[in-house]
Amino acid sequence: MQKVIMGNHALSWGALLSRAEVIAAYPITPQTEVVELLSNMCADGDLDAQFIKVESEHSAMAASMGASAAGARTFTATSAQGLALMHEVLHWATGARLPIVMGNINRAMAPPWTIWTEQTDSISERDTGWLQIYTSSIQEILDSVIQAYKVAEQVYLPVMVVLDSFVLSHTNENCDIPDQKKVDAYLPKFNNEYKLDVNKPAAYGGLTGPDWYYELRYKIQKDTERSLDLFVETGKEFGEVFGREYGLVETYKMDDADTVLVTSASIASTARPVIDAMREEGHKVGLVRVRVFRPFPSDLMRKLLAGRKKVLVVDRNISFGMSGAFYEETKAALYNVKSSPPMWGYIAGLGGRDVPTNVVRDMIDQTLSEDHPEGDIIWIGVKK
Amino acid sequence: MVAFTRIDEEPIYIRSKIYEPDHLVVLEPTLIGAIDVTEGLKPGGWIIINSDKKAADFSQFKGFKVATIDATSIAVKYRLGSSAAPIVNTAILGALSKITGFVGLDAVRDAVREIAPVKKDENVKASEEAYEIAEAEQEQP
Amino acid sequence: MSDEIKWTKESDMPLMAMSLGRMTVNKTGSWRNLRPIIDKEKCIKCGICWKFCPDVSIEIDEEDYPVVVLDFCKGCGICVVECPKDAIKMVKED
Repeated sequence: MQKVIMGNHALSWGALLSRAEVIAAYPITPQTEVVELLSNMCADGDLDAQFIKVESEHSAMAASMGASAAGARTFTATSAQGLALMHEVLHWATGARLPIVMGNINRAMAPPWTIWTEQTDSISERDTGWLQIYTSSIQEILDSVIQAYKVAEQVYLPVMVVLDSFVLSHTNENCDIPDQKKVDAYLPKFNNEYKLDVNKPAAYGGLTGPDWYYELRYKIQKDTERSLDLFVETGKEFGEVFGREYGLVETYKMDDADTVLVTSASIASTARPVIDAMREEGHKVGLVRVRVFRPFPSDLMRKLLAGRKKVLVVDRNISFGMSGAFYEETKAALYNVKSSPPMWGYIAGLGGRDVPTNVVRDMIDQTLSEDHPEGDIIWIGVKK
Repeated sequence: MVAFTRIDEEPIYIRSKIYEPDHLVVLEPTLIGAIDVTEGLKPGGWIIINSDKKAADFSQFKGFKVATIDATSIAVKYRLGSSAAPIVNTAILGALSKITGFVGLDAVRDAVREIAPVKKDENVKASEEAYEIAEAEQEQP
Repeated sequence: MSDEIKWTKESDMPLMAMSLGRMTVNKTGSWRNLRPIIDKEKCIKCGICWKFCPDVSIEIDEEDYPVVVLDFCKGCGICVVECPKDAIKMVKED
């Protein structure tokens, strides 16, 4: 069924089609529509789920943990301050190995108070062990929720589906709502092998000393690494069932590219016509859109970027005292590669500052005009 | 407050604001005195204004094609929103359809019927009435 | 501790920190160095010691007297403090 829907509602439809059984959430701009629609869907009987209104995002994740531990497929959504408020519980969800799927609408962190888009909120959570998918279209948002459950429930790790505030969350676009039967065939019922069961009592997350904590962390990392192949497998299968294939990254005009733009989310979408225009002018430019950021697809990035002449990375986030996260991690992946190209790291679009095609063009032009980047961080368009 | 729409037959990848619109719709006429609504508007583009005045009354918009539609009165007539804050967009859509021809009236009817959360019939009627009375060829300033 | 489950390598471990059975295998009574003794003469069967025990280690018998569950009692002494009739005292474990 084709429907024009907003990005937020794509998350709701994804949760409905995935047959989420428990939704515990707290409202925050620009996430509110996600749970408003889910609550309507529950009230109308379209979604057979328990909808729990909690008093804070910390509680939202705690309630989600309880539900997932009891064996329910669980969904929630939040943004910025709300994500930060549940930080402690994000670590819990990973350590407890609970395959919760959460929509995070990227919103800049306050103060100053803001509602516009920036990735720093979810980037700040990259150490929690949550898998992260950065989306760049309404269709991808919906599809990624379904794929997220399929991966999460095989590795017993939580996944966040991330989207830009307003640019995606409140943009209305044509979207194919997949057929429920096809989704059911692709995504079987959740069977939590470790679920709470009064007939098989166990204690979870008890005190674990240095003797064995290390091994439990080793297991999490191993399963995170395993998810790289699972994202590819489930993404291929998605293509076979629904006609849209998804990978760890999306590449555009990369075959003979000398200069590569690496970026994510909505900026990666806007960059496509810029790449097209520059190709018309004879520049050999290509685009890599990083979709799965956790786990970081280091091997694939090495394959794609080694041997190129120049790479520029555009981050819509910043880790103060260092630079943008996608830049840092791309550099790290390429560090030991002999033919690693020089890399420029740009910061753009913080706090929802618009990134139109001419700004993308400016960044690529700057890289083309220099042999080496001048510093570890390059700011675009600061009003000095 | 500004909103942006891109329409194409091919997939649209640009996800930024629009700085050089092809056309402009002004839902609140008092904005015209307050700001330069035509900033970036391409020459020869349509400016469709919610107003009870005639197109010729907007002489400041030389170089553009001006059309007016009294969407406020239509919205009030069908009790869409309140008389203090009428919901004019379904009427504007009908006028847009007649004036520019981007979309047909049938498409507008279907879309309005699907999206209107309440008063579906009234909203569709508002679109239809605006379509009827909007003048495709308006006297230019 | 009896019935302790041991493993020697990561691959033997469950996916997450979880006990492989009921926590009743963990007999915390061995932690005790002071043991509560209830004087049935003074005891008025009010049940306050049973209510206050933080480890659910006091049970009520068929005659309504409180009985300490020595397998799990850690010897914290809260029952002594709460008893309104001073019917409980702590003695050293030998």
